[in-house]
Amino acid sequence: MHIMEGFLPPAWAGLWFLISLPAIAYGAVKSKKLVENNPRNRALLAVAGGFIFVLSSLKIPSPVTGSTSHPTGTGIATILFGPAVTAFLSSIVLLYQTLLLAHGGLTTLGANTASMGFIGPLAGWGVYRILKDRLSLKATVFIVAVVADWFTYVITSVQIALAFPGESFVKSALTFMGIFALTQIPVAVVEGIFAALLMGYIANLWEDRVSQEVTA
Amino acid sequence: MKKTILIFLLLSMTFMSVSSAENWTGADQKAEEAIKRISPDYEPWFTPIWEPPSGEIESLLFSLQSAIGAFVVGYIVGRNRASRDAQDD
Repeated sequence: MHIMEGFLPPAWAGLWFLISLPAIAYGAVKSKKLVENNPRNRALLAVAGGFIFVLSSLKIPSPVTGSTSHPTGTGIATILFGPAVTAFLSSIVLLYQTLLLAHGGLTTLGANTASMGFIGPLAGWGVYRILKDRLSLKATVFIVAVVADWFTYVITSVQIALAFPGESFVKSALTFMGIFALTQIPVAVVEGIFAALLMGYIANLWEDRVSQEVTA
Repeated sequence: MKKTILIFLLLSMTFMSVSSAENWTGADQKAEEAIKRISPDYEPWFTPIWEPPSGEIESLLFSLQSAIGAFVVGYIVGRNRASRDAQDD
């Protein structure tokens, strides 16, 4: 669930654009290079982007809070191509949801890309570097996807709390985490399962590429 | 793939039955209410330039998003599977 249109004051909205725009730009350049270096990367990029499209369209009920939220689907892109490319792919999905679904917003696009496309995946990427050679591929993908998804919503909560601290920032952050991060726990687990299953297929079909590209 | 769908259906059914079934609104709507509690004076300074005219049309566009994604993933994974099978023969 992204931050709604107009729900970040202009200064905060601008700040998050400053953070996410360089990531998107670098990710776009990197994607272009990946395809130029090996045309087969186009297929992997499309699968990673397609996965984000599917997962972020599913509103999944969460029994923890009795509300719904959607996964981010960024785990696969994070592992295959890193956080910058994920930011680029996520910004496309977020733009679709903003323009056609009034979900998220143009003014909050920077903040939403920062959380879903960049900072969440960055956390997943960090976990991936640690787990890479210690666990099986599927277990690693599961954990990375859960972390990238869940951390996205921790950041969303922080972003809103920074703009609306009320009496104290910490109290406000806890309030929004009670809404977003709590709802997201089971949703993130579902996402992890899907990501691990799809990565199983991908690894099977692109054996050589995945083992190389995974270190991208 | 059948297994995946089954897992998903089972999970969502368990989710919905064990919970004290509230109204299943989006978490973003709850956040909106919380923002209004914390800063009652805040007025959104920008509104969506276009909104789906009804809930039905919104779910249509959400489905379209899933369909685009699923088509791309299925097409590419399927194409690669087929070309690998062809090489094996």
